[in-house]
Amino acid sequence: MIELFRTPSFDFIGKRRWAYLASAVFILVGLVSLAAKGGLRYDIDFAGGTLLQVRFERPPDPARIRAALGRVGLGDSVIQEFGDVREFIVRMALGAGDPTTVSQRVQEALRAEPALGGFEVRRVEFVGPQVGRDLQLQALYAVLAGLVGMLLYIAIRFDLKGGVAAIVAVFHDVLVSVGALSLTDREFSLPVLAALLTIIGYSVNDTIVAYDRLRENRGRLGQQKGLSFAQQINVAINQTLSRTVLTALTTFFSTAVLLLFGGRVLEDFAFTLFVGVITGTYSTIYIAGALVVDWTNYVEARLRRPRKAVAKA
Amino acid sequence: MPKRLWLRVALVVVVLGLSAWSLYPPRERINLGLDLQGGIHLVLGVEADKAVAAQVERAGEELRAALERKGIGVSRVARDGVSGLVVQLATPQAWNDALTVAAEFGRFERREEDRAAGRFRLVLAESEVRRLRDLAVRQGVETIRNRVDQFGVAEPTITRQGEDRILVQLPGVQDPERAKRLIGKTAHLEFRLLDERTPVDEALAGRLPETSEVLWGRRVDPRTRQEQRIPYVVERRVILTGAELNSAEVQADPNSPGNWQVALEFNPTGARIFAEVTEQNVGRHLAIILDGTVYSAPRINERIPGGRAVITGQFTIDEARDLAIVLRAGALPAPVTILEERTVGPSLGKDSIRQGLIAIAASAAAVFVFMVFYYRLSGLIADLGLVLNLVMLLGAMAAFGATLTLPGLAGIALTVGMAVDTNILIFERIREELRLGKTPRAAVEAGFTRAFRTIVDTHVTVLVTAAILYNFGTGPVKGFAVSLFVGLAASLFTAVFFTRLLFDAIYLSRRRVPAISI
Repeated sequence: MIELFRTPSFDFIGKRRWAYLASAVFILVGLVSLAAKGGLRYDIDFAGGTLLQVRFERPPDPARIRAALGRVGLGDSVIQEFGDVREFIVRMALGAGDPTTVSQRVQEALRAEPALGGFEVRRVEFVGPQVGRDLQLQALYAVLAGLVGMLLYIAIRFDLKGGVAAIVAVFHDVLVSVGALSLTDREFSLPVLAALLTIIGYSVNDTIVAYDRLRENRGRLGQQKGLSFAQQINVAINQTLSRTVLTALTTFFSTAVLLLFGGRVLEDFAFTLFVGVITGTYSTIYIAGALVVDWTNYVEARLRRPRKAVAKA
Repeated sequence: MPKRLWLRVALVVVVLGLSAWSLYPPRERINLGLDLQGGIHLVLGVEADKAVAAQVERAGEELRAALERKGIGVSRVARDGVSGLVVQLATPQAWNDALTVAAEFGRFERREEDRAAGRFRLVLAESEVRRLRDLAVRQGVETIRNRVDQFGVAEPTITRQGEDRILVQLPGVQDPERAKRLIGKTAHLEFRLLDERTPVDEALAGRLPETSEVLWGRRVDPRTRQEQRIPYVVERRVILTGAELNSAEVQADPNSPGNWQVALEFNPTGARIFAEVTEQNVGRHLAIILDGTVYSAPRINERIPGGRAVITGQFTIDEARDLAIVLRAGALPAPVTILEERTVGPSLGKDSIRQGLIAIAASAAAVFVFMVFYYRLSGLIADLGLVLNLVMLLGAMAAFGATLTLPGLAGIALTVGMAVDTNILIFERIREELRLGKTPRAAVEAGFTRAFRTIVDTHVTVLVTAAILYNFGTGPVKGFAVSLFVGLAASLFTAVFFTRLLFDAIYLSRRRVPAISI
């Protein structure tokens, strides 16, 4: 039998201050990056605009692409290599003119530059201002609905405290992932949003397994005698640790494979999942349970204080 | 083997058989999204207000005619805003008669009136405005469907989205620009007489009667290829519209070799009007106007009885063919604008499929090897469950006609990683029970039972997120939600039912349960 951990008994809860510090640092780095870069870069899904994916017959000189576009007044387009030296993406902001003709103007401009050679337009996307704004709002609603849905489910199945702690842990994962997106200069697009929502589900999933175990242990009273609440949670996390790490591993394989082989279109999506799986696993082990412990301690301290006052009097 | 075990085996065989059957042959059964097979996805916004405005303007013309029939002088009837109509009488004397006539225009409500000045304002009733807007969108959907059908696209999707949007999805279209022009053209065809009493220069300077307006024509010089814009003074009165057409066919243009024209044939009503107007206006010019642009304004030489006309405009064969299609399919009741477009070329789709399949295969291979390495025979059982899971997932998608998109492929790759989670939960639990010194039989029993509640909880959370994604997402993201949802539902069956069955068959059906390979 191969075993990752044989009856592990790590003191996760005891080290929670360090975990809080680490999380705070990660989130802060992400937020600083966000602030420095003026917020998250929105893909045209949300910002609106026009995008063309063009494959040239031979690797082109990006400067020539820019020059060609400059001649039709589209010189301030964003031009990026896209996964291959022959494949390029040209992106124009909404102001670049009538969207129905902008893709044609780009094609005519590229055709007029003989040094670029033959090319094929493989993808055109245009998102108008109304649609972009609608999507931004819907994205926000979707994330909120995801969080509230999870909160309700855990609050009903377990208790409110656990629900809130799990949601804070998930929110932490979303923040870390978004920070990672900003640090690596990736854009926020619809697939990235889908990845974030998947992370919400995945991370809560992990946390629930630990909660389930805690509840089961508490049901069998004998085992828990003499253990503080913090210790009980620590035991539950340790008991489910192999499963948490193993599942993280298999999911990690899947996202790593997507990141490596999924192609450029899926790269940002796969990257978000990749980061999310790691932070999701970490937050399950170090953050969610720890928060419940601190909250419970805080409430108990509040309850005890007035009683002490009475005792003194 | 006990009888109940056979029943469960039968159920698995049935599920597997159904999935495989609905999946075969996969190339035909699996619906590929536009991002995988190539095609064009458009969201159009209908400018429904313009349809309302046009209707109000027509009503204004009718009102003017009705007033004049009663001998009431009208100096001005003009649209005011989208649904208002300001009427200025020539003299206030005819006030009461005018109000009686106006009252017959029942859909309008009289809002402001100034009896001394002989002026009143009508506003189209709110319910009527709503009805017209709704009608404009519904007719728009119908018209676009007609055009797309005549253009010849296999399995197009054309549906209304929300209040005033139309979703158009055309799989496998090779020339998206042409398809866009065909769909987006308003194709509002009008025949109107030129106002030959007002000189063009005067009209351009703004000195023209209220019943006329300036419209522009376009002419490409055949030698220099320079485009010229030519002004025409055109009467506002519309003689005929595209609504009276019977057919529109492409013909070679006899006067301009290499160019094509569209021959029109009116229906009987249209033919009658056309004959009358041409008879009464011999010597004048009749402008053929499409979407506000004058295509030609030929001189009427004699009465034209057969109800035939041609539109010339130096068209290429494709342009002429598309124009004929839009004229046959009818005009859009209101102009549309493209709010969102996503076009994927077929070669990109093929690349995406290849990459997606590689990702799924690699993901499955990594997980397979890992499970066997870590859990031995039990890992193999989980792997078999995974295979069944994939077959069920694809089978269910085929059976429900769900669409597989690129993010959907990613969702499948991800499902592979997540689906074994359930087995890991169970196996870890069995190991724990074994460590506590339980017999293999008791350990397996306890492992499955104890893990079950957790499994339900974990599935619900991911299913909830998938449902939210489905409700929120557009095309490709929806595809991701679908594969995630179906994949997890299938994993509930495979992990809880199928692997349990294998455990029972391999270990628990024996009288002396051997050590478990886990």
